[in-house]
Parts: sequence; C-alpha cells; structure tokens
Amino acid sequence: MNSGPPMLEVRGLHAFYGQNQALHGVSFDIGEGHIRTLLGANGAGKTTVLRALSGMVRTNGDIRFDGRAIAGWATEDIVRLGIAHVPEGRGTFLRVSVEENLQLGAMTRRDKAGIAADIEQVYAHFPRLRERRRQQAGTLSGGEQQMLAVGRALMLRPRLMLLDEPSFGLAPLIVEELFGILREVNRETGVAMLVVEQNAALALELAEHAYLLETGHIVMDAPAAVIGADEGIRRAYLGY
Amino acid sequence: MELLLHQVMAGLATGGIYACMALAVVMIFQAIDHLNFAQGEMAMFSTFIAWQVMQWGQPYWVAFVAAVVLSFVGGVLIERVLFRPIHNAPVLSSLVAFIALFSILNSAAGYLWDYTIKTFPTPFGHKPLLAGLADTHEAGMIGVTLGLLGLLYLFFRGTRLGLAMRAAAANPESARLVGIRVGWMTALGWGMAASIGAVAGMLIAPVVFLEPNMMLGVLLYGFAGAVLGGLTSPGGAVLGGFAVGVIENVAGTFIPYVGRELKLTIALILIVAVLMVRPSGLFGRSVVSRV
Repeated sequence: MNSGPPMLEVRGLHAFYGQNQALHGVSFDIGEGHIRTLLGANGAGKTTVLRALSGMVRTNGDIRFDGRAIAGWATEDIVRLGIAHVPEGRGTFLRVSVEENLQLGAMTRRDKAGIAADIEQVYAHFPRLRERRRQQAGTLSGGEQQMLAVGRALMLRPRLMLLDEPSFGLAPLIVEELFGILREVNRETGVAMLVVEQNAALALELAEHAYLLETGHIVMDAPAAVIGADEGIRRAYLGY
Repeated sequence: MELLLHQVMAGLATGGIYACMALAVVMIFQAIDHLNFAQGEMAMFSTFIAWQVMQWGQPYWVAFVAAVVLSFVGGVLIERVLFRPIHNAPVLSSLVAFIALFSILNSAAGYLWDYTIKTFPTPFGHKPLLAGLADTHEAGMIGVTLGLLGLLYLFFRGTRLGLAMRAAAANPESARLVGIRVGWMTALGWGMAASIGAVAGMLIAPVVFLEPNMMLGVLLYGFAGAVLGGLTSPGGAVLGGFAVGVIENVAGTFIPYVGRELKLTIALILIVAVLMVRPSGLFGRSVVSRV
C-alpha cells in the first residue's frame, strides 16, 4: 500500500511463560489497513503472539510500530499508540453497564463529542448493544459480549486491532454477522487487523494474507487465497 | 420498650463510628481485593497528625484538612513502597505486610506521641439531642458518614476516573487493555481509603479518646459491619456498621451474661455467621454472568 516501512514489524520474536518458551523467533509485518490472520493448532502460540504485541508476556526480539521499538513497553502505553486488543475470553467488565464498557474503551481519549459519536457508531454496527445499553454487561450472551468486546476496542479509534478467536463459542449466524461487521469496519476506518482463529476457513475469507504457526514457529507465510487453495496444507494444518 | 428504644438510638450513635470505619475498609477492599488489617492504625496515625497540627496552634479545620491531605499522600506512598513490589505475591505475603504496617504505625505513634490518653475536639459539640439519647457529635458523625458515602457514590458512578477505578479493581487485565494505568488506580484507592480513614479517626477520637490503641476494637466492629453489609458495597458497609452498633448494644443489654465484656465477641460471631450464611453480605453483589 505505502512505500515506507510497514506499520507493524516483528522480527525474531521470542516469548516466555516462566521457564517455558512459547515463541521461537517469529517474524512478520502488517501494513496500514491490512487484515492478516494467524492460523495454527491449539497451543501453537497464536494467542501468545497477540499477548507479546500487547506487552502481556516476557519477550525477546524486535517489535516496531511506526518504526518505534515497543518491545518491553507496558501494556497501557502500547494501547495508547492505537493498538486495541480484543482478548481471549472477551475481557468484558461484567459488573458495569454495556455503555460504561464502551466508555471504558475510550478511557485514553479526551474528546467528549467524538466519544459520544463513536458510541453511536458502535450502536449502529451492533443494534443489539443499543437495546441493552443500560444492562449489566455480565448478563449479555456470548455473542453480545463478543460484539461488546469489538465495540470497546473500536472506541480507542485504533490503527491496529488484535482479535483473539472472535468466533469462539458463537453460533454460526452470529459469527457471520460479526465477521461482516469486521470487514465493514476495516473498509470504513482503514484499521488494520491481526486475527487469530481456529476457524481457518472463516479467517481465510476475511484476511488477504495468512501466517501458519506451529509450536512457536511460522511455518508458512502466504496470501490467504494460496493457503486456502492448497488441499495438503488445509488437511495437515487447518483441519478442514 | 423505652429501654429498647434507648439502646437502639445509642447503638445507632456508636454504629456511626463503625460505619465510618467500614466504609474505609470497603474502599481498600475494592481497590486491592484484600482486607487491610492496618486500616485502623492508619486512621489512628492520621488522627495524631491532626492532633499535632492543633498542638502547633492551628485551628481545627486546618488540622482536619492537613490530616486528610497528608493521609492521602501517605496512603499512596504505602501502596507504592510497600505493596506495589508484592502485588503479585501470594495472599499470605500481603497479610504479613499488613501486620508489619500495623505494628510500625502503632509503635511509631507510641514513640512520637506516647501512650497517654489525649482528648480530641469535635466541631459539633456535645449538646444532648432527643432527650439525651444521642448528642450533637454523634449526629454530626452520622451526617458526615452519610455525606462521604454520597460523595463516593457520585464519584464512582458519575465520573470517568471513578469508572476507571472500578474497572481496574474488577478486571485489571482488561483495564490495561483499554489503557488504564492500573497501578496508579490502586494507589489512588489507597490514598482515598487513607483519607476516609483519617476522617473516621477524627470523628471517632472524641468518643474513644486519642491513643495508639484506640482503633483495636473499632476496626473489628468495622470489619463486622463491612462483612455484614457486603465488602463490595460501600452503602451496604455503612448500613452494616449501623446494624452492628445496634446489635451490639441491644444484645449487651437484653441477653443475659453478654454485658459489656462479651460485646466484642458478638462482632466476631456476627462475622462468622454472615460468612457462613451469606458470604457476599446483605448488599454485596455476587457477579451474574453467562457464557
């Protein structure tokens, strides 16, 4: 898209949980406005990549955002650069209302009018959240909580969204709706996305480029169409 | 009947003390998810600061403000210096740190101001109210406690900072992911709890008199009130504090053998009973969630 260095550059990323190493030198890029997906089996390290980017695990190696080295930064400072993370388990603030969850997403912003407009925008994408705006977020269904998690991330006006298994535990129809909205948001706001998914078929439809992760290594790095068309890879790694 | 009414009123009056303390206890619990066993000693120390400022010839309100502000700073410092380094450690480490803080503050107060009992003034006076059932200080204490509760409600429900503090306490990981500086929210919670404790101490001191051990019993009753009302509910804690005051007084008068000596036992029985029957307290929320 642009000729400068990509928005996000990851080089030789290692990650550790205590003594256990979860990533062994992972490298990839994401350009402005691109959607990329990270595929692989359970335990391959997909979630760890996202957690490493958000400063939630101990890492080695180079992570650059807009050319700035952010490895070792505190999570809250990384978020303030415009990297929104929709975590595994959705990270809902259960005891506060739906609308307060959205306001929390904009906690780093000061522009009151812009925040109000963005809450309206989220409700336009997810009308069901508007219906439940005063309701305690813990009472939402799984699908609604996932929408709330995406909505909360959008409230940051992010430049990069990290989505951890957005389809997890959701009914197929809801998943389709959610992925449609992700595509729409990407088109409208130009936010880049890195999507971790178990549901490879779905992710390959959404993303233009995919990385295949196996036990902490990237074993394949190719356009989504190429990976989706390769029956051998599909059978061996993606299970469909 | 008249004796009962009298005991209930007197109970409400002392309950005001416990309510104040319970409120401070709940504030810290919200911020760090632990009961602060040194809360009473922090309040006692703050009260001594106010006393010292008055000894230097300053008027009551100057001393009051100084104590509240210094306590806030002190609370933040305690979190940063003592509890920040161990925030990931097991509960037992925090417990030991609380006990250390308890004895440090207790001994320091004894060293600086000695153990003789000192009087502490009240801005409300001690004029009798309701035919001698209560006095103006007790009424003032109840009023200030309810006022504080109202302010806290407005702060936590109505401001962005309050919302951020609630989020940081309930779900620190998610809070970081929306850019909230969770460590500072915790420190702020400590500062606020220390300030509330200072107010509580300055209201309690005119009744129990000022000395390093003044808060021992009061803190237990405060815990009982907080547990009874629910550790997650500031309003519940205040109500619980009043209830403990009433129960203590009524039981002390009407149940044979309880008398003055076993009053403290009642607080402990109450804590155990509530924890067995309804661990979240009368008004505490147990989280509703669907998956």
